Amino acid sequence: MSEGIVYWLQQTLNALQLGSIYALIALGYTMVYGILTMINFAHGDVFMIGAFFCFLAAVFLGLPFAPTLLLAMVGAALLGVTIERLAYKPLRHAPRVSAIITALGVGIFLENFTLALAPYPKNIPPLLEHVTWNLGGVSLSSLQVIIILLSLGLMFLLDYVVHRTPVGMAMRAISWDKTFVPLMGVPLDLIISVTFAIGAGLAGAAGTMYALAYPVIDPYMGIMVGWKAFISAVVGGIGNIRGAMIGAFILGGVEIMVTAFFPSTYRDFVAFTLLMLLILVRPYGILGKPRTQKV
Amino acid sequence: MKTRWSVGWEWLMAQRWLLPVLVAVGFVLAFAIEYDLFNNEYVRGVAMSVGIPEYTLEYTLFNKYVQLVMMYVGINIILTVSLNLVNGYMGEFSLAHAGFMAVGAYTAALLTQKVLPVAAYPGLFPLAVLAGGLMAAALGLIVAVPSFKVRGDYLAIITLAFLMIVKSVIENIDTIGGPRGIPGIKKLTTLPWVFFWVVVSVWVVRNFVYSKYGRGVLSIREDEIASDLMSVNTRRVKFLAFMVSSFFAGIAGALFAHLLQFISPRVFDIIKTTDVLIMVYLGGIASIGGSILGATVYTVLLELLRPSTVAAMLAWLPAVALDPLNEYFIRHLGVWRMVIMPLLLVLVMLYWPRGIMGLREFRWFIPRRDLEAHHRQHAHGGSHGAAHGH
Repeated sequence: MSEGIVYWLQQTLNALQLGSIYALIALGYTMVYGILTMINFAHGDVFMIGAFFCFLAAVFLGLPFAPTLLLAMVGAALLGVTIERLAYKPLRHAPRVSAIITALGVGIFLENFTLALAPYPKNIPPLLEHVTWNLGGVSLSSLQVIIILLSLGLMFLLDYVVHRTPVGMAMRAISWDKTFVPLMGVPLDLIISVTFAIGAGLAGAAGTMYALAYPVIDPYMGIMVGWKAFISAVVGGIGNIRGAMIGAFILGGVEIMVTAFFPSTYRDFVAFTLLMLLILVRPYGILGKPRTQKV
Repeated sequence: MKTRWSVGWEWLMAQRWLLPVLVAVGFVLAFAIEYDLFNNEYVRGVAMSVGIPEYTLEYTLFNKYVQLVMMYVGINIILTVSLNLVNGYMGEFSLAHAGFMAVGAYTAALLTQKVLPVAAYPGLFPLAVLAGGLMAAALGLIVAVPSFKVRGDYLAIITLAFLMIVKSVIENIDTIGGPRGIPGIKKLTTLPWVFFWVVVSVWVVRNFVYSKYGRGVLSIREDEIASDLMSVNTRRVKFLAFMVSSFFAGIAGALFAHLLQFISPRVFDIIKTTDVLIMVYLGGIASIGGSILGATVYTVLLELLRPSTVAAMLAWLPAVALDPLNEYFIRHLGVWRMVIMPLLLVLVMLYWPRGIMGLREFRWFIPRRDLEAHHRQHAHGGSHGAAHGH
C-alpha cells in the first residue's frame, strides 16, 4: 500500500478508538437529556471516577482486566444513581437551570474530593498483554481492538435494551410524557434510576478504557473529555442515542485528522469551528428532529 | 405578617435617597482605603474609643490582602451582573463569558504593555480598559448572530464553541505569548477604579433592563415568538443585550488582568465561566441585587475558607488552643475548601432552587413608576408582577 493510504488508515484507527470512548460518555449525556431534558454536567466527572475505580481495582486489588472493568462500571453506576437520588431528584420540579447548576456543583465536588484523596496523577498498570499486529504497514494493537470492539458491543447492547426490551420501552415512554406514562403503571423513579445507572456505567467503562489507552489519570481529566462528549451528543442531536454515537465518531475523527494534518495546537480551533458551523446549519443536530413551535 | 424587622426593612427600602449616598460614601471609602488614609493615629484613637480592638483594623482596612479580596469581589460583581443580563433576564444559557473576559484582558494588557505609555501617564489606564470592553462588545455582536436562529442548549454549545475558539486562537498567536500568556502586566487596577466600574455596570444594566429594550429582553425570555408578534424587534434586543453583557465582561477582564498581573489562555477557560455561572444562579436570575449578593457571598466565602484566613480569624484564641488548630487547618483546609464550597452550592440549590433572590429585586433598583404600578395592582387585587418585592 502506498504511504499515504497507510497513514490515513492508521489515523482512522486512532479516530475510531477516540470516537468510541467519546461515544460511551456521550450516551450518558443523551440518555439523561432524553428522559429528563436535563444536562448532567457531572457526567464527565463520573467518567473520571470510573478511571479511578479502575486504578483502585488494578493496583490495590490486583484484579485482571475483566473484573476491573466490571468493578469500574458497577462503581460508576452506583455513583450515578446516588447523585440522581440525592441531588437531582429533589429538583425535578424546580427551574431547569437549578438542576444544571447543581450538576456543575456535583462535578466540582467530585473533582476536588478526588483531588483531596489523590493529590498526584496516578499511573495505571498495563492490564492487557500488549500485542501489535502489522497489517500491510498499519499497526494494530490489541488494546485498540479491544477498546473499539468492546465499545461497539456495549453500544449495540444499549441500542437493543432501549429499542427491544420492556425497560427500554418504559424509558422511551417516559421521555415522551412524564405525567401520563406513570399513570399507566410505569415506575417513574425506578426507570430514571435505571437510566442514570446505565449512563454512568457506560461512563465507567469509558473511564477504564481511557485509563488503559492513556495511562496517566488525574482528577481533572473528566472536564475536557466530558465537554467533548457533550458536544458529540449535541452534534448527533441530543436525546437521540444513535445520534450520540454518530456525533462522537465525527468529533473523534475531526480531532484526530486535524492533529494528523495540521499542527496539533489547531485541533480545538478547527474542531469547534466545524461544530459551530454544523449547529448553524442544522440547529437540532444530525439525527435530532426540529421541535415544532406552536404559537 | 408584619414583624418589627419587616417594618424596619420596609422603611429602609423606602429611603431611596440612600442609594446615591451609599455610592458616594463607597467612593470616598475606596479612595481612603486605596491611599491608606485610615492608617493614622486619629482613626486608631476613634476605633479604640468605640471599643474596636486594633488588630481588627490590621486585619481589615489596612490589610493588602483584604483590599485584594475587595477588588476581586468588585470584578466578580461586574461579571455576574453582566452575565445575568443574558442568562437571567433573557433566559439564554451563555457559556462564553470567560471568552469575552479574555478578549478584554488581552486587549487592555497589550495596550498598556506595548502601545500606551502608562508608566508616564497612569491616567491612560481607563482608555485601555474601555478598549478592552469595546473589543469584547464587538465580538459579542458576532455571538448574538447565531442566537437569532438557535436557542436553548444548542445556543449554549455555540457559546461554548466560541469560548474554546477564543482560547485556541490566543494559544496559536505567538506574538501575544501563545500558551505562555503575558507576564509582568503593570498593577494598575485600584479599588476606586473597580468601584467605579461596578457602579457603571450596575447602573447601565439596571437602566437597560427597565428600558423599552429591557422589556423586550424579558419578553424574549417568556416567549420569543409572541414578543416578535407584539412587534418587539427581537434581533435588535438580542444584539444590544449581548453587546452590553460582553462589554462589561471585557471591562472585568481588563481590570482582572491588571490586578493579577499575569494572563494566559488557561486563566480564561471553562472553569472561569463555571465560576460566574455559579455566582449568577446562586444570587438568583433576573435580579441585580441577587447578582451583587451572589458574587459577594461566593467570593468572600471562598476566601474565608482559606487556611490563612481561618488562622487569622482564630487569632483571638489562646495559644494553647490555637497552635494545634492552626496546624490542622493549614494542613487540611486548603484542599477541602474546594470540596466544601460545591457542597454548599448544591445544598443552596436544593433548599433554595431559585438562588438567594431569584426573580426578586431590591426595591432601590426598581424604578418608582414600576413600584407605583405594582401598588395599584395590589390595591385592585390584581395578580403579582413578574419581578417585584423584597
